[in-house]
Amino acid sequence: MRREPLRALALFAALAAVVFVLPAFVNDFRAQQFAYVGIYLVALTGLNILTGYAGQISLGHGAFMAIGGYTASILMIDHGVRDIATIPLAIIVTGIAGVLFGLPAARLSGLYLALATFAIAVAAPATIKRFEGFTGGGTGVNLFGIPELTASDAPLQLFGFELDFNNWIYYLSWTIAIAGYVLAWLILRGRTGRAFRAVRDSEIAAVSSGISLTRTKVLAFGISAAYAGAAGALFAVATAFVNPDTFPVTLSIFLLVGIVVSGIGSLQGLVAGAVFIVFMPLWAQTVSKSPGAPFVVYGGVLIVLVLVLPGGVAGLIASARRLTRRRQDFPKP
Amino acid sequence: MAALLSVEEITLRFGGIVALDGVSFEVEAGHIAGLIGPNGAGKTTAFNVITRLYAPDQGRLEFDGRSLLETPAHRIAEHGIARTFQNVNLFTSMSVLENVLVGGHRLGRGTGEKEARAMLEYVGLGVRAGDLAASLPYGLQKRVEIARALAAKPRLLLLDEPAGGLNHEGVEELGDFILRLRDDHELTVLLVEHHMGLVMRISDHVNVLGSGRKIAGGTPADVRANPDVIEAYLGSEAGP
Repeated sequence: MRREPLRALALFAALAAVVFVLPAFVNDFRAQQFAYVGIYLVALTGLNILTGYAGQISLGHGAFMAIGGYTASILMIDHGVRDIATIPLAIIVTGIAGVLFGLPAARLSGLYLALATFAIAVAAPATIKRFEGFTGGGTGVNLFGIPELTASDAPLQLFGFELDFNNWIYYLSWTIAIAGYVLAWLILRGRTGRAFRAVRDSEIAAVSSGISLTRTKVLAFGISAAYAGAAGALFAVATAFVNPDTFPVTLSIFLLVGIVVSGIGSLQGLVAGAVFIVFMPLWAQTVSKSPGAPFVVYGGVLIVLVLVLPGGVAGLIASARRLTRRRQDFPKP
Repeated sequence: MAALLSVEEITLRFGGIVALDGVSFEVEAGHIAGLIGPNGAGKTTAFNVITRLYAPDQGRLEFDGRSLLETPAHRIAEHGIARTFQNVNLFTSMSVLENVLVGGHRLGRGTGEKEARAMLEYVGLGVRAGDLAASLPYGLQKRVEIARALAAKPRLLLLDEPAGGLNHEGVEELGDFILRLRDDHELTVLLVEHHMGLVMRISDHVNVLGSGRKIAGGTPADVRANPDVIEAYLGSEAGP
């Protein structure tokens, strides 16, 4: 029993090491794609806290990413704040937005919550366009080559390593992704995480155990949005450009697809979900290039996945572990 | 002895239906108080009023001399009231131990596994601590609920049909268990139960509800002899 946390820690360290050395073995283009995997991992971790653990569906996380992305972009272009410094600020701003949204949303559940969150995803691009003076409207904000963007015109020297833009983004994204992942694990393993799951499992029993539904749900919205804000800010930095179409309605849906593929209510499969979001559409294009075909391939794979792995990749990991454990239970002949 | 809980003239309507109609009763500190009545009499509704899940239209509700009517449901545990549910309401994705840990939520960050494990030992579920709560048989799930309620260190424990799903011997044991619980944890117990033998054996005082009204209250012997009670139960399968 006691050996299990140690083994998990060792596995985690090994995976972190793989993440660290990966750019040395792949080309620049791949490094950029893997950077996006890290960025989506941040967003999925946050969404899974809200939807997977606290049981509150969100079809609007793309809108929170937009808030983070625009906060970072506007701070860089209009206020001369360096990219790294914009990330914590984006986290704070988006976290507050999440709390403000959570206050009324905590009264909603099920389909009504789904629609309310979907509404912010739908409204976000139009709202951004409307406040043109502030957001750059439909043209967006171009960050390319500005001095606030680290490593954008000359490689970054860091601890004696030379990092070009893509590698820098890769390490930045994954550092935040891993820190966010560990933080999520810490939040979820204790009293707060239990309160989230209690609210998801039975609101009445949770209330009777002294858990405030409003407080718990609003907290989940705030934390989850803060993660989305970090992901949005990273997205803006990585693409060096944001416009309303950077954060479309479909982004929110893809994030939800990501946590379903990962496994709702578990942190273990999240990397797989992030890989799915980044690589599945690309892979679908290689299968067939005829018009519309990639979408059909994508949809087909998704249907097969939810049928074969109803618990997502996390569910697969759990069953694999149960199998090996059961084998150990039998006395050896 | 002073009443720990007092329910005074509570009326609760759901649309046109009067679920509770001017119901009053008191529970004395240290007592085991039975609350009985045919199906639909309003017993569980009364529990939901006491735990503030329902807001009554009229009446007063006092615990330890203080009104509870301004207290939100999630602060009831803080006041020292814990409950179980008629149809088990466990956190199904959690282990037995985690369920009990949630029960101790109000006690803050400091309360941990040790107390929860001790509580599971106390209810005889120590070995099942790591099992998924939903995987236990119904009778044991009811016991997990009791452990979860106890983890909040309540002064008043509301038990909603704890004998559900138990056989004859199980009910006997449960009676002894509730008596022991009251003494070991210095509890006051309000017990909703259809199993008359159990209620009559362990209760200090019994209140009877019928169609949302209180129809009798007194010692088990009084209640058993009350003609109104006998009439309320006529035709229903459980007689007092």
